[in-house]
Amino acid sequence: MTIIRTENLVFEYRKDDESPPVRAIGGVNIEIEEGSFTAIIGRNGSGKSTFAKNINALLLPTGGAVYVDGFRTSDEGALWEVRRRAGMVFQNPDNQIVSAIIEDDVAFGPENLGIAPDEIRRRVTDALRAVDMYEARAKSPHMLSGGQKQRVAIAGVVAMRPRCIVFDEPTAMLDPRGRREVMDILLRLHRDGITVVLITHFMEEAVKADRVVIMDAGEIVLDGPPAEVFAHSDEIRALRLDVPLTVDLCDRLRRRGHDIPRDIVGVEEMVAYLCR
Amino acid sequence: MSITVKDLVYIYGEGTPYETLALDRVSLEIADGEFVGLIGHTGSGKSTLVQHLNGLLKPKSGRVFVGDAELWAKGAKPVEIRKKIGFLFQYPEYQLFEESVYKDIAFGPANLGLSKEETDERVRESMAVVGLDFDAFAQRSPFDLSGGQKRKAVIAGVIAMRPEVLILDEPTAGLDPRSQRDVLEMLERIKADRRVIVILISHNMDDIARMADRVIVLEKGRVALSGSPAEVFAHEEFLHSIGLGLPPVTELMRSLRLGGVDVEGSPLDVDEAEELLDRYLRESGARRGDRGKLI
Amino acid sequence: MIRDITIGQYYPGDTPVHRVDPRLKIVITLVFIVMLFVTRDFLGYAVAVAALGGVTAASRVPPAFILRGLKAIFLILLFTFLLNMFMTTGTPLVKLGFLTVTREGLYGAVFMGLRLVLLIVGSSLLTLTTKPIKLTDGIESLLKPLRAFGVPAHELAMMMTIALRFIPTLLEETDKIMKAQMARGADFETGSILRRAKNLVPILVPLFISAFRIAQDLAMAMEARCYRGGEGRTKLHALKMGRVDAVAMAFTALFVALLILERVYAGAIRAALISLFLV
Repeated sequence: MTIIRTENLVFEYRKDDESPPVRAIGGVNIEIEEGSFTAIIGRNGSGKSTFAKNINALLLPTGGAVYVDGFRTSDEGALWEVRRRAGMVFQNPDNQIVSAIIEDDVAFGPENLGIAPDEIRRRVTDALRAVDMYEARAKSPHMLSGGQKQRVAIAGVVAMRPRCIVFDEPTAMLDPRGRREVMDILLRLHRDGITVVLITHFMEEAVKADRVVIMDAGEIVLDGPPAEVFAHSDEIRALRLDVPLTVDLCDRLRRRGHDIPRDIVGVEEMVAYLCR
Repeated sequence: MSITVKDLVYIYGEGTPYETLALDRVSLEIADGEFVGLIGHTGSGKSTLVQHLNGLLKPKSGRVFVGDAELWAKGAKPVEIRKKIGFLFQYPEYQLFEESVYKDIAFGPANLGLSKEETDERVRESMAVVGLDFDAFAQRSPFDLSGGQKRKAVIAGVIAMRPEVLILDEPTAGLDPRSQRDVLEMLERIKADRRVIVILISHNMDDIARMADRVIVLEKGRVALSGSPAEVFAHEEFLHSIGLGLPPVTELMRSLRLGGVDVEGSPLDVDEAEELLDRYLRESGARRGDRGKLI
Repeated sequence: MIRDITIGQYYPGDTPVHRVDPRLKIVITLVFIVMLFVTRDFLGYAVAVAALGGVTAASRVPPAFILRGLKAIFLILLFTFLLNMFMTTGTPLVKLGFLTVTREGLYGAVFMGLRLVLLIVGSSLLTLTTKPIKLTDGIESLLKPLRAFGVPAHELAMMMTIALRFIPTLLEETDKIMKAQMARGADFETGSILRRAKNLVPILVPLFISAFRIAQDLAMAMEARCYRGGEGRTKLHALKMGRVDAVAMAFTALFVALLILERVYAGAIRAALISLFLV
């Protein structure tokens, strides 16, 4: 079943009233399956973040349409239906936590939805357990590490019980430990059936997705399973993006005359090939 | 110019319930022109240590020498010593405040009391070093720049003071891969000059392995390891146990080995790994070829 | 450094005083303050001191911790005291040059000083035993009836919540910016006042920009989490009155009754006390 669908999505904006419109997204058609894990990669200014904000109606298309679970984001009456179905986690862990007490922050979303206090309590507990932050529920966010703050932010979205979560570069400001923590939680949520859309520029994260979309200049350039997409490593480099280390090494070995299959992207696959 | 630190102790929040020993008798020496990589996970004391080197923090006990001057000796002027040390903080874009890139870069030189001509020369020079075109950027507002350009403008502001020591705390954090590469290339050029001491704090072990002459590992406020990148990254188990990683390529080769691939060595860069795997594939191919013949 | 400053002092604990409903606690504090102004003599204050002492003991907040809060207002206290002592006309007691201490003045000074101390201690007990976030909930709830008259109860409470959340963040930010500019040779410690004020520009501009960025990011994050004002919103901590609150109300009623009785029968009580001493 499709959960997110865009129809010729166009997004234009103006820096000020006089300047000509800038086209951030130029006609994107994409369908995202419920329960899938899609990674979207692109350089700064490729339109990937704008695309993310179009999914949960923080930005509305200037052309075409976006549907979330059948609701059109530009229908005024559907706004809250869209947002409660598609949650969003942002880059800066500090600037998305509202309350000075962790459990109060996680409750913020459900409170906005007008849910009964007993049910909010249950959801807050579940959400904090899901991100392994239950023990810290009474603490203040400014005493946490970046990774822990980001996990609280994720809990705040999970407590709204969305069908889909869009992660907009959630690890960009974290240290390696925080990055690992957040990726573990993200994978766990995906296993539990939540649709995950991950905007990132870390290739090692993208490799873990079951679908990789590469954007450039507001358009989709490559789209497919990681093995398929990263087989086009020269094209990706031409877009001035990195490729995963394993892919890079295999390319180098191929150039030295080794006949290595093109579908190796992960470490496990590389081990399997080398041990054959 | 050299830096010497002797038995440095620093305590955060002394006398409060949150009291923590941030630095525990740290001693180290850094030679002139040395490029030091400082690693340790968040909270290990890295930032606290480097803030002592230019007197932003005052130690509880211990001594800090920058060149011939002792930082907290009687009659010493930390403000004067600070001027010799360039400091790039984490996510430093927030320090931009002037109306133009030019004026912002000139802030440091102006504080040094330099003449207009000299300041102008410094601004042009440092913009060239970081790769910001003078004509295109000097008069623009720093707030209109892209993330990567802002970072470069900040770095130019630090370099314009012609520091003898350059301390960089995660200079590439949060940048896109392209700007990261620009900043690293600039660092390579500074290193090649060999005129300043560089202290690089980074979680990116790849950058550390490639650039540092010496790697210092901090753990719980103490120096846990110190040596060449090859020496330090050979302690794979120890580094993992304190939550630090290896350079990605070293990590990959380790995973291959743990997965049962019989490759020797811990390469620190991709070229070396390529070489090793090439040899491995040729040998295993030959072996398989032999077996084929035997059957 | 800056981050050592504690704002919105709260003394953690789980005593009955801590557990009283924040709305009730705010009301009780207001009642207490009103009663301080109703009382006209020291006997009334004795009742107030006893009540405060009892509540303090029950809250397990160390008295020294409470009195530390008085240090901040010491100057105001001294000023009030001196003003009352010298500026009241009446029977002269001592002459200090052109200043005369009168009997009424001394009485007034002690009386006003004590009132101020009781006022501060009483209201700081409120903040010491109530989490800021609960205080916010309490204020929102109490202001709700005034919404009909255009008081933006929810918005005010939301502002307080966000302020509480971001005060530590902004203090840290200030610390960071100061250090970064000092590393670029900025000097915040010397020079004339005008020069020092000018030197603050490299701190203030980045601080404002940072605050605006936080505001922008936060607004977007709140919207993404379906925030649309107070309408139709529920609360995780639904405020509910319990047994502790009934007890608190009873004590407050007793306190008010005692003070009113004391005021009505002040003359009789004084006469009784005097005769007691004479016997």
